[in-house]
Amino acid sequence: MSIYTLGIDVGSTASKCIILKDGTEIVGKSLIDVGAGTSGPARAIEAAFESCGMKASDMAYTLATGYGRNSLENIADSQMSELSCHAKGASFLFPDVRTVIDIGGQDVKALHIENGAMVNFQMNDKCAAGTGRFLDVMAKVLEVEVNDLGDLGAQSTKRIAISSTCTVFAESEVISQLSMGTDKRDIINGIHHSVANRVVGLVNRIGVQDRVVMTGGVAQNKGIVAALEEGLGHTVYTSPLTQYNGALGAALFAYQKALRNVNK
Amino acid sequence: MAKQVSPGVLALRKVVDDVYADAREAKKQGKLVGWSSSKFPCELAEAFDLNIMYPENQAAGIAAQRDGEIMCQAAEDLGFDNDICGYARISLAYAAGKRAARKIDWSKEDGYVINPATGKPLKDENGNVVLDENGKPKKDPKTQTPYIVLEDIHEIEALPEGREKERRLESIQPYKQMRIPQPDFVLCCNNICNCMTKWYENIARMCNIPLIMIDVPYNNTMDPNPENVTYIRAQFDNAIHQLEELTGKKFDQAKFEHACAQANRTAQNWLKVCNYLQYKPAPLSGFDLFNHMADVVTARGKKEAADAFDLLAEDLEKNIKEGTSTLPFPEQYRVMFEGIPCWPKLPNLFKPLKANGINVTAVVYAPAFGFVYNNMDEMVSAYCKAPNSVSIEKGVEWREGICRENKVDGVLVHYNRSCKPWSGYMAEMQRRFTADLGVPCAGFDGDQADPRNFNEAQYETRVQGLVEAMQIRAEKLEAQA
Repeated sequence: MSIYTLGIDVGSTASKCIILKDGTEIVGKSLIDVGAGTSGPARAIEAAFESCGMKASDMAYTLATGYGRNSLENIADSQMSELSCHAKGASFLFPDVRTVIDIGGQDVKALHIENGAMVNFQMNDKCAAGTGRFLDVMAKVLEVEVNDLGDLGAQSTKRIAISSTCTVFAESEVISQLSMGTDKRDIINGIHHSVANRVVGLVNRIGVQDRVVMTGGVAQNKGIVAALEEGLGHTVYTSPLTQYNGALGAALFAYQKALRNVNK
Repeated sequence: MAKQVSPGVLALRKVVDDVYADAREAKKQGKLVGWSSSKFPCELAEAFDLNIMYPENQAAGIAAQRDGEIMCQAAEDLGFDNDICGYARISLAYAAGKRAARKIDWSKEDGYVINPATGKPLKDENGNVVLDENGKPKKDPKTQTPYIVLEDIHEIEALPEGREKERRLESIQPYKQMRIPQPDFVLCCNNICNCMTKWYENIARMCNIPLIMIDVPYNNTMDPNPENVTYIRAQFDNAIHQLEELTGKKFDQAKFEHACAQANRTAQNWLKVCNYLQYKPAPLSGFDLFNHMADVVTARGKKEAADAFDLLAEDLEKNIKEGTSTLPFPEQYRVMFEGIPCWPKLPNLFKPLKANGINVTAVVYAPAFGFVYNNMDEMVSAYCKAPNSVSIEKGVEWREGICRENKVDGVLVHYNRSCKPWSGYMAEMQRRFTADLGVPCAGFDGDQADPRNFNEAQYETRVQGLVEAMQIRAEKLEAQA
């Protein structure tokens, strides 16, 4: 009989679920664009079950991760940090991964992986620069969709620098560039490099080793990935499942725990 | 049942309480009271029988009593930037006469205005939470506390004698750190941090009092070079001369030597206590050392401190024999806690450590304050060595030595917004700990005194990540064994 497990990643800006069959096959998934403290987690769980026609009682084990993981104590069997879950998810998608970069809504993580497990990590400080939220703020000022930033930035023809690390000051800098008539696409490219520079510093602190994998929603932004590759001097791999990576890791850990329960 | 406090801990508490009480009494009697940085040679002040208060210890106490924010804000209102060390801001606000006080209820003869947000839930005789008419938990009035407001001691002292003056004086927070006497002189040694220099210059100017300064250059070498020792030795001699002028007394060599002997004994006993953390499991919670630091700072040159640490060592020896510990949970992981604790958030700091069975078994304070010397030059050299004045190589050597001896599984680094020098070199140290010791390290943002710089959710994620990495390491070591 197959074992089904549910991984839930409640981030600061989105809630994601993955349902795994026997720890190998993704049978259900969902993503709701609101995170901890909202209806997001409950809606994401419901949507995940709907996507594969399953229900909570079919799950052998449920594991929650992410900023809002502790709010799911009544739903999840246990909680783990998003650090380990991102390491696990990335190792599933890229078995030879050694470095994981995750840019989330309000934090940035650099993970050092050995044999599929996280052995050390670095996270950003309290500053929001270099996080997904930074990009949200910039997209709003530029009157573009955050999902379009990657394509627009790729059309840039001139490198301009957004030097402020503070989100608020960077916003002022962008406004000032706009008022000078600078092309939005060049500003966006500058923003991508500004984010990448912050992240490169963090990743260098744990030591970059191939293969480098980027996870989290921001990995969908081609401009950031390219700027990171330039800054790190390494190829950065991403997956179409990038946004689900934390939830995938949680579902994989859930499978390990379910197996332990079966073998008890 | 109330928690049992061991004889050693009680003795240590009394030593610090007495230092504060003696200073208050000295001031009443018109004697001089000085303020000193934590690693100014206390032996010099002891030789002149001076009563000394320690602003760093005071600020830590004020922060732990949750009055750090109001005092930091008071300093900011005076024009000090909020990037300045939180201890300095608290101390500068205090030196300017600012005090955290309970808000007086002037509509009554006595009493304070209670802050309705404070207090624990009220429980009935069966232990159930009592709800109000809106279905919200009622507060136990016995546990509710007044609003805290800012007072000004100079303004109060200028009032005519009477009930208003009395009430406003009484309203000042009653704990000892908020009731230290204003300084008559300041003793500053910038070995502990260069920020001290301007901090103490400001106090001296603000209060118009003498400043006795000992400047310790940063050590680029593993051990202090002879030129620096000569330079600092000359400053010791000058400080003695200044103290003679200040007190009108001649330097008493016998008293000085006695104080040196006591300081050495306190340091040795402090190290003895710290070394109990080498036991696995440890007979004490490493967090205890943060509290016992108060004795090393305020009373290192006093016999009572040395005796109290002796007594604490006896308590710990007993714990070893009986297989007990002051750690209120089983020790599963052992970490080095790097940096000064977030005093205003100590319970929040402890919570995830407790939940994950983490004991702090290493802190850098052991070598930083456990120094012993045999002569004046060795004493000068010893005062060159403080966490922020030694080279990064020396700092790594100190920490990695303790980590190995005290068998840590990981390192938890406090990136302390108040302490730029300390936090500045931590990224490199953290890299070396992982490379040299093979242990995971996690860093978190916080502050030693200003609660505005700490985020509990971020801290908990980092601790959980550290636990998961330590678990992986433990499994790997077990598989290799």
